[in-house]
Amino acid sequence: MTKSELIEALARGQTHLAYSDVEMAVKGLLEQMSRALSEGDRIEVRGFGSFSLHYRPPRMGRNPKTGEAVALPGKHVPHFKPGKELRERVNSGED
Amino acid sequence: MALTKADMAERLFQDVGLNKREAKEFVDAFFEAVREALEKGEQVKLSGFGNFDLRQKNQRPGRNPKTGEEIPISARRVVTFRPGQKLKVRVEGYAGPRQ
Repeated sequence: MTKSELIEALARGQTHLAYSDVEMAVKGLLEQMSRALSEGDRIEVRGFGSFSLHYRPPRMGRNPKTGEAVALPGKHVPHFKPGKELRERVNSGED
Repeated sequence: MALTKADMAERLFQDVGLNKREAKEFVDAFFEAVREALEKGEQVKLSGFGNFDLRQKNQRPGRNPKTGEEIPISARRVVTFRPGQKLKVRVEGYAGPRQ
C-alpha cells in the first residue's frame, strides 16, 4: 500500500470528509511524526507501536571506491517498535 | 515529550479544520488502515517517511530468562520499519542529549 492508496482507502471510509482534506490530513500526520522525531521526541501510539531515536556512535568508515578511511560522526536513526496489537494481528493474519 | 494520538488530533483540528471528533476518528482510522494492510500481508510504503515491511521469522531456540528453561520461539511474521531517506536525513541532524 502506498501513501496515495492509503489516502484513497481513508477517503472511502470517511465519506463525510472532502478528498482534499483527507490528503492534507495524511500528509499533516506524517509531517507531525517526522518533525517530532527530528526534534528528538518519541511517538507513542497504543496498539500500533512507538517510534524513538537510536544513537549510532562515531566510527571510522571507508570510501568503498578509494579504500580511504573516513571519520563518520555519531548520528541518530529512527527506530520503530511494534505494539502488542499490531504484533499479534500481523502474526495471525493471512498472506 | 512524546507525540500521542491526542496531540495529532489536536493539530488536525487546528491545521486542517476537522472538528474534534472527526480529527480523533481520523487519527484512529489512519493507524487502523496501516495495521489492516500489514495484517493482510501487504507492505506499506509512505514516501518521505518510511516503509513498513513484513518479515517471516523461522523458529529459533529461546530461553526463559528467569528460570533458564529452554523454550523454542515459534516461527512468526513480524513488522519492521525502514525509515525513508528524507526522514533519515532530518533525524541525523538532531544533536540530542546523548552525546
